Amino acid sequence: MEKIRLTQFAKHGGCAAKIGPDTLSKVLGRLPKFSDQDLIVGFETSDDAAVYRITDEIAAIQTLDFFTPVVDDPYTFGQVAATNALSDVYAMGGEPKIALNIVCFPENVDPDVLGEILRGGADKVREAGAVLVGGHSIQDDVPKYGLSVMGLVHPDRVYKNYGCRAGDVLILTKQLGSGIVNTAVKAQMASEAAEREAIRVMTSLNRKAKETAQKFTVHACTDVTGFGLLGHCSEIASASGAVIEIGAGDIAFMEGAKEYAEMGLIPGGAYRNQRHVQNLLDPGTLEEVYVDLLSDPQTSGGLLFAVPADEAERMLEALERADLGTKVSVVGKVKESGTDHPRICLREKVSIR
Amino acid sequence: MREVDARGLSCPEPVMLTEDALKSGEMPVRVLVSEPHQRMNVEKYARDHGKKASSTETDDGFAVVIE
Repeated sequence: MEKIRLTQFAKHGGCAAKIGPDTLSKVLGRLPKFSDQDLIVGFETSDDAAVYRITDEIAAIQTLDFFTPVVDDPYTFGQVAATNALSDVYAMGGEPKIALNIVCFPENVDPDVLGEILRGGADKVREAGAVLVGGHSIQDDVPKYGLSVMGLVHPDRVYKNYGCRAGDVLILTKQLGSGIVNTAVKAQMASEAAEREAIRVMTSLNRKAKETAQKFTVHACTDVTGFGLLGHCSEIASASGAVIEIGAGDIAFMEGAKEYAEMGLIPGGAYRNQRHVQNLLDPGTLEEVYVDLLSDPQTSGGLLFAVPADEAERMLEALERADLGTKVSVVGKVKESGTDHPRICLREKVSIR
Repeated sequence: MREVDARGLSCPEPVMLTEDALKSGEMPVRVLVSEPHQRMNVEKYARDHGKKASSTETDDGFAVVIE
């Protein structure tokens, strides 16, 4: 197979390639509103996927996600893109069932490279227990890959990105920093250990995290991807009318992420995310580097759960036992809910008791 | 003054070119970038390496002077 560096094709890689939240909300605001009595989750709340009730017992989850290369190795890129696409189904509390490939690939590049991308994706779909049944491919100068995934969930057990309540503890199931570490890798300034950790995190399915969480009360859930932890917290805060306190000192970051952020190896998306949340954000006295880390766009990030305080400790233990292969952290708590002035307050430490 | 033209490039290229320029030892260094976030990244890189950085707006972006 031809040896190529896949990331050289793309200006932005992975979820850092996402169109900014400001631009998106402007454009989407002009679209007609659709309604259907069986549509449980539409796009008004910026959730991770659409959910449609089929019977009183079954709802279908439909999602679509694809992006440009975030790593150089084709097989790994396929794994990352598929893990990321499948994650939207887990973020809604569902189980992936059917996946279709979405492929853009240059005509003049060795087709075996594409074969490896698709093999990486197929392996992740298999690991998720779903079936891959075809897809659609077009020629394009910049390679892109992802999946459209259909999943199933009980209509009463759909995880939404709103509904968190005062006192809830926020738990995140993967360490943060993939956007920054990937930027450092692109700059050839990252350590091998940092690169390995980022790949391990980006290719870890959110399946076990979701299955573990289902044994507990979950008031709100989303997966942390292109808008960074702050962007996704702002979606939860706005949709729930909540004041969220984030304790940066207790959050797990990838090896090297803080060092690379201090060196200015920060993707443009992180600054875009900061601008998007600035009206809600009370940065307190937190060091600037933590604001950069918390707004770093994540590729295939973890699930963020809002759970009642009296269940948080047991859920953390259960996630530990589930052996996710990633680091679980308490990122903060919901201080108020039902307010007209949602906010995100950054602190060094947040007591969850 | 050494000048680095990183206009039109995307992250992390402006930081990589800044690194090369600082390694050459010739000071001060003036880095031209197109976007505000690239200016911030170049400033961060300079300060992280014990240098002073100050920026001015230009017709098509920003000039970061590192000394």
